[in-house]
Formats: sequence, structure tokens, C-alpha cells
Amino acid sequence: MNLRSFRTAAWLGWKIESNWTDPFLFAVYSIIKPLAGAAILVVMYSVITKGDFAAPLFPYIYLGNAFYMYVGAVMTGVSWAIIDDREHYRTLKYMYVAPIRIPLYLIGRAVARFLTGSFSVLITIVFGALFLHVPIEAAQVDWLLFSVSLLMGVVLLALMGLTLAGVTLLLARHSDYLGDAVAGGLYLFSGAVFPLDVLPAWLRPIGYAMPITYWLELLRRSLVGSVAQAFPTLANLSNGQLLAILGGMIALAAVVAVITFRWCDHQARERGYIDRTTNY
Amino acid sequence: MSADYSIETESLGRVYRLRENKKKKGQPHELVALSGINLQVQRGELFGLLGPNGAGKTTLIKILTTLLAPSSGWAKVAGYDVHRETVKVRPLINMVSGGESSGYGLLTVRENLWMFSQFYGMQSAEAYKYIDELLATFGLTDRANTKSADLSTGLRQKMNIIRGFMTGPEVLFLDEPTLGLDVGASRDVRGFVRRWINEDPRRTLLLTTHTMVEADELCDRVAIINRGKVLACDTPAALKHELQQEAIFNLDVSAQNRLEAAHFETLPGVHKVQLTPFDGHSQLQFILAEEAVLSAVVNTLTERDVTILNLTKREPTLEDVFVTLVGRSMAEEEKAGSNGNGH
Repeated sequence: MNLRSFRTAAWLGWKIESNWTDPFLFAVYSIIKPLAGAAILVVMYSVITKGDFAAPLFPYIYLGNAFYMYVGAVMTGVSWAIIDDREHYRTLKYMYVAPIRIPLYLIGRAVARFLTGSFSVLITIVFGALFLHVPIEAAQVDWLLFSVSLLMGVVLLALMGLTLAGVTLLLARHSDYLGDAVAGGLYLFSGAVFPLDVLPAWLRPIGYAMPITYWLELLRRSLVGSVAQAFPTLANLSNGQLLAILGGMIALAAVVAVITFRWCDHQARERGYIDRTTNY
Repeated sequence: MSADYSIETESLGRVYRLRENKKKKGQPHELVALSGINLQVQRGELFGLLGPNGAGKTTLIKILTTLLAPSSGWAKVAGYDVHRETVKVRPLINMVSGGESSGYGLLTVRENLWMFSQFYGMQSAEAYKYIDELLATFGLTDRANTKSADLSTGLRQKMNIIRGFMTGPEVLFLDEPTLGLDVGASRDVRGFVRRWINEDPRRTLLLTTHTMVEADELCDRVAIINRGKVLACDTPAALKHELQQEAIFNLDVSAQNRLEAAHFETLPGVHKVQLTPFDGHSQLQFILAEEAVLSAVVNTLTERDVTILNLTKREPTLEDVFVTLVGRSMAEEEKAGSNGNGH
């Protein structure tokens, strides 16, 4: 029954994600949105570096940003389901009354965002490889490392999303900004947009404490190993060590997510927040 | 707990903590929504909670459906504690709330219903068969493939009601289910509810309403609830029986400006009097100890030059029971509650 609920939640998520317009417009939007994001980044990079696209910093930033789309898609996708169901559709109480595991339902709802996010990431990377000389060669890619890293990252982001969903349960007004705020905060310190070495020494520990930092490093190494090694931030760690650190952090994220969600869920029932509507 | 009780509560209470309003200092920081609720609903019973808006009916349903934690006391549904054993309670229950858009507007009626059937573990084929039966029963077959956002409020509420029944709950909670429905649709729903409960003695249904007819026609037993407390609990007939030894009169009279209920309250034998002004006349409702008291009422009216336009004697209703218990009608009680000047 858990699997069926998960599948149904994913189906619902897909309907919500894709049903706001006709399929053609949805396809166009799905292509243009990530390309527009990449274009902004490329223009900014070009202005700052005076068009030095050959430097290893460009693929570093480009790939970091491309994969960072997953953070918004998966993490916010999980927590957004709380807001969407409670405030917009007013169905959260019916989901709570149903014999389903709410965390599994929420993660199921994010599957659609993972799929559309994956499409965006793919479009961005292919565009980068074809037109911006991002040095990705299929034969050089460590596909096993890439697949394992990607899977671990998605699990990590889903768990972080669950933590966020718990907090969202307790927030009423403006809780829809929470996901964006967290994703934005992590963006600065996770090595997505610049290597941690650029940060002042006293800020770097924040980056080292964040699992997304290791995840992005693993993805870069798997796709463009030589570029990743050009930056000293995590160069002294082997792939195995990075995977072990990421695995440990995922385990920790799982514990935090379960405890936080349970506590928040309990508090929400204590305070009567499960069906509270404030925004709409 | 007796195995025959589908729903049981003891000393159940719920207090909402309110945020301090800096502009309104001195306002209470707590709202007592329920206090000392003791209920026993037997398996197979159609039990009604009757009370005005704000009486605590929805709060009680929220607790019983595991959505809200009680502040004191305990409640069990199907033998399980609703606060501590939510996982055991949820497969056995379902809930329908009235007067809201509770479904995914971008999904069709059939898709909405199928989706919820999946959350309850129903096989798709079985679910579709039952959905189609229920859609036909509620006259929604031709709207099965309409997006629920395109339905009228009444039709959406019918879909919502089907969602509640579709999963075959052991205990079903209907919170104002006919809110937003027209008279005919309300009657259909009431008929279906009665048939559903009669079909299987293991089913139990708890219904909240502020509609007297609904409670009177439908429920095996009714608890009258006001300001978070159960004031009376019995069969509708038994509740009204208390008043049958009394005489209840409706008088339409002129001169509403000079008339006050207080003019009659001191008359011996007048238990309750209620004055409702209308455009051009007023209506007086009396609950009298016996018919003979009516002459004193008529004398008082004559002394005040009030013309009696119409006089009828009628059977007691649950509204009269409420008036007897609370001292005013449900509408007046709702108004007093919203103005914050209740007793």
C-alpha cells in the first residue's frame, strides 16, 4: 500500500506540474526556462572574466549551477506539497485522515519536480557541451560514479525537503518562501557558484558542513574530472572518501528528517495547524 | 471500553491558545473550544451533533479524525485512542467536510475519486466499479470526466461526499455535509446516508449539523452542543418529549416597536419566549407550562394594543429543545457568539 500511495502521489504531482497549460507550451517552457537561466549565468561570467571561457572556472560554475537546479526542484518540491495541499487545494486534512505515510506521500509529490528538474539539468548540460565548450566527453565520464552520486544526492535532497516540510507544517503565513530562502542560503556556501576557497576562511566551515558541497564535487569529478581537480577545496579527498562523507551525511540527514518531521507533525496536531489556511 | 462503542470520549477538552493582539489588550489568550465531553456512540448508530456555528462540533470531529490533539481527556474511535494510535484509527475512518472546495480542481471527478481510492489501498478495477455506482447514485455520471474546478459548489460537495463513502469506512464523520447543497440534493444525501447506515450494522456515522431537520430526520441519537459543552444527548423523540407536556405557540402580531420579550417573561407559566421582528409584524414563540397560560399572554398583548394576526399551536422541535436548554435560538446564539457577548 505504501508503494501504491507513493505512485499515486507521484501521479498527482505530475498532473499538477504539467496540467497548467497544454503539452506543447509545457514542452517549450521546459526547454526555455533552463536555457534562460544558463544564459544569465553565461553573460554574468563573460562580463566578470572578460569572456575567458577556457578557464576551468567556467565548467565548474556551469555544472554546479546546472545540478543545483535539483536542490530547488526536489527539496522545495517535497515541502511545497504541504503548502499546496493545505492552503490551495485544502486537501491536506484528507491526506492526513487517509491511511498513508505522509512523508512518503510528500516525497512522491516531488517526483514530478525531480523529472522536470532532470530535464532542465539535461538540457542545460547538453547546451553547455554543444555550444559553450563545457568539456564533457561521454567516453571520459565515470558513469558509475555519476549514477551513484546523483542517486545519493536525490535521496539527500528528499530528506532535506522532508525536514523543510516539517517546519512548513508549523509555519502559516509566507511559508511558501521558506524553500526558496533555504535553497538560496545553501547556494552561496555549497560550492555551486564558486569554489569554497573564494570564501573567507571563517565562512568555509559552513560549506564543509553541507552535504551538497560534496555531492556537487562528486558530480563534477564524474563528468569533468580534470576541471574538478583544478580547485584545491576538496582535492585532497579521494572519490571513495567523498562518497563515504556524503553517505554519512545522508544518514545524518535521515535521522534529522525523521526526528524533525515527527516533532513538527506532533506539534501541528497539538496546535491545530493541519488544516489551517492563511495565504489564499 | 465496551466493544459496542465505535466512538467514546471521556472528559474530552480542547483549548486553543490565541496569539496576543497588541491592539486589543486584555483579551483572553485562550479559547475553550471543548470542555468535559463525554460521549458513547454505539456501533451501527447514526449519531448527530447539533449546535450553532462555533459550538465546537468541528473541533470534536477534528480530534476524532486524528487531525487535532485534545488538551484534556481522551477519545477512542473503533477501540483505538485517536491521539496515540493514529495509525490504527486512520484505515477505519473517513471524513467529509461541507462548504469547501476539497479536491484537486485540475483533476476530473473520476480522477479525484480514483486517487483517493488508491490512498486507501483499493484495487483500481474495484475502485472504478464502486465510483461509477456512486456517481450514478448521486447523479454525477455525466460529470465523471469534468474537471472538478468546473463543477458548481453543490456538485463538488457531492463528489466530496462520494469520496467519504467510497472507501468503506467503519466509522464515517460528516461535518455539515449538506452545506452548500440545494434542498433536493440535501434530501438525496440524507436518504443515501440513512440507507448506507442501514445496509451494514458494523457501520457508524457521526454527523454534525446546525440544521434541525437534518438532525431530527436522520439521527438515531442527537447530542446538543453549545459553547464546547454537551447540553443534552438522547433520541430526537426523547429530547422533544420533555417539551410535549408543555404548550408551544407561534403568534404573529403587529406593533413590533412596542413589544419586548421581557413583557412576557415574568408571567407565571411562561417558560420561554422569543421575539423575532419581521418587516411589518413580529413573531412571538412561547413555550408555556400549559395551554391555560395562553390567556395571560393574550391579555398582555391586548393591554398593549397589539393585534394578533395569527396564532398556531405546534409540536415541539429540536430548535425548541435548544431554546429551552440555552435560553435563545441557535441563530441568536451564533450572533451572540460572534459578537463575543454570550452568557
